[in-house]
Amino acid sequence: MSDQLIYATEVILNGLMAGVLYALVALGFVLIYKASGIFNYAQGVMALFAAMTLVGIMNGQVPFAHLINATFGVHVTHFGWTIPALLAILLTMGVMILLAWAVQQFVMRHLVGQEPIILFMATIGLAYFLEGVADLMWGSEIKTLDVGLPQGLNVWIDDTTYGIFGYGFFIDNLDIVATVIAALLVAALVAFSQYTKQGRAMRAVADDHQAALSVGISLNFIWVLVWSVAGFVALVAGIMWGTKSGVQFSLSLIALKALPVLMLGGFTSIPGAIVGGLIIGVGEKLFEFAVGPLVGGATENWFAYVLALIFLVFRPQGLFGEKIIERV
Amino acid sequence: MLDASEGYITEDGRKIGGVVMEMKNITLRFGGVVAIKDISFDIREGEIRAIIGPNGAGKSSMLNVISGFYVPQEGEVWFHGKKRPAMRPYEVARQGIARTFQNIALFEGMSVLDNVMTGRLNFMSAGLLSQSIWRGKAEREEVENREAVEKIIDFLEIQHIRKTPVSRLPYGLKKRVELARALAAEPKLLLLDEPMAGMNVEEKEDMSRFILDVNDEFGTTIALIEHDMGVVMDLSDRVVVMDYGKKIGDGTPEEVRNNQEVIDAYLGVAHD
Repeated sequence: MSDQLIYATEVILNGLMAGVLYALVALGFVLIYKASGIFNYAQGVMALFAAMTLVGIMNGQVPFAHLINATFGVHVTHFGWTIPALLAILLTMGVMILLAWAVQQFVMRHLVGQEPIILFMATIGLAYFLEGVADLMWGSEIKTLDVGLPQGLNVWIDDTTYGIFGYGFFIDNLDIVATVIAALLVAALVAFSQYTKQGRAMRAVADDHQAALSVGISLNFIWVLVWSVAGFVALVAGIMWGTKSGVQFSLSLIALKALPVLMLGGFTSIPGAIVGGLIIGVGEKLFEFAVGPLVGGATENWFAYVLALIFLVFRPQGLFGEKIIERV
Repeated sequence: MLDASEGYITEDGRKIGGVVMEMKNITLRFGGVVAIKDISFDIREGEIRAIIGPNGAGKSSMLNVISGFYVPQEGEVWFHGKKRPAMRPYEVARQGIARTFQNIALFEGMSVLDNVMTGRLNFMSAGLLSQSIWRGKAEREEVENREAVEKIIDFLEIQHIRKTPVSRLPYGLKKRVELARALAAEPKLLLLDEPMAGMNVEEKEDMSRFILDVNDEFGTTIALIEHDMGVVMDLSDRVVVMDYGKKIGDGTPEEVRNNQEVIDAYLGVAHD
């Protein structure tokens, strides 16, 4: 095998793993969009919020510490305990469910039947509100998140590939874990929506509100459920990204990377979100590898968007989206 | 005959029971428009009750009041001898009132089988955990519900399309699938909003037969809206006639047919 080909293979592998993380974020969008027709701009911020809450709970941080200190003239920062990762993840999930309920109760419930653009605006508002709350609750400094996931070079792959090609592949353990978790998550989501009562009700609501009501499905309950599931996906994405690059506010920007993924995969398809994520991940790494040096690098910043733009021109419904048929 | 409080026997020998649902002085307004004006009538157990009237008479509005999609400004709805508080449509459905829609409301992305299965959602109470490991209650429930659904699918003669996505079906079959989904809920009261609208003669005959069979086989109480006078007269035990939101007739098909006000409404005599 030539050197170029070996490097390219490594780049593709790394691209696939990065793509899995993009797909994780995109998945959250697809879930809510399918069930309620809302494009949830706040999905990225939800991932950030989940990651910050997780770190906060694990470190025993006092929520709203600044606010409490300023109001009562005290000086509290931490409770003085730490909470094991697994318990903290469960508690964070509880917070995300509470958030889902609040979003439905105080925002979405009042906007039933409004134009999609109004619902979209509401989620933009939600994104900024949530970002503010996250800041107020847990502070704005960059934090490290360590829930015990393996990190760093996978020695076994490095050794094996060195034995074969005379060149060791650099694959991060975290990326491998992320891939496995993402695969499990998708399998669980598919099983949930296909085989459980709640999943069936969720698909029913996504399809036709009136019909869903007529068979005794509470729309409110299903929407809280959908936002909770999206919250769960955000939590998983938040853990992965937070472990990889630290919990910081730029985390919410990964939501923007999910946009081209959705344009490729289609807004209504779970497999589409995955394949879209992988294509973007591999595409931008390969492009950087092949073309980057010619144009001075940093192509990863814009490649995904240009690819999405090309897709918009030739296949606006995405690879897997429902076909747009216009009746005249 | 109709006044007997404990029910009556029809000409073809079916036993009709006491009052299941009673509408008392229902008035429904949309802004300044009065859709239903002070209407009262009842539905008895086991009967086929029709609501007829010209276009815009308020028939569908009445059905929507019964199924909880509209909340009337005035009047009371009594179900099984109890006054019903203001309820959301899904709560009404859980009480055992199933319905179909004039413009067909099916889950287009799902198969026929899945559509009919949604009618059984309220018969499933197994927790998520039990469902995810597929043991005990969840497994038992799923098997039971599948049996019930298959029975209905057989009954309505749609076995050959069970796995077909609903969006691929022709109109007449979609109507039948919708009926199957409503039946799957084992309703105490079945509401049919123009079950024969847009059908050809053959399809209408099929649907009439199914409605009669459902009533006969399962003893289901049925209230239906229909445009086609001929069909209604053949099907129903008692008929309410509406015109411009008011009730202008109520009785057996024979009585209604001979009611001068009803004849006028259908022939388009000017209102004073």
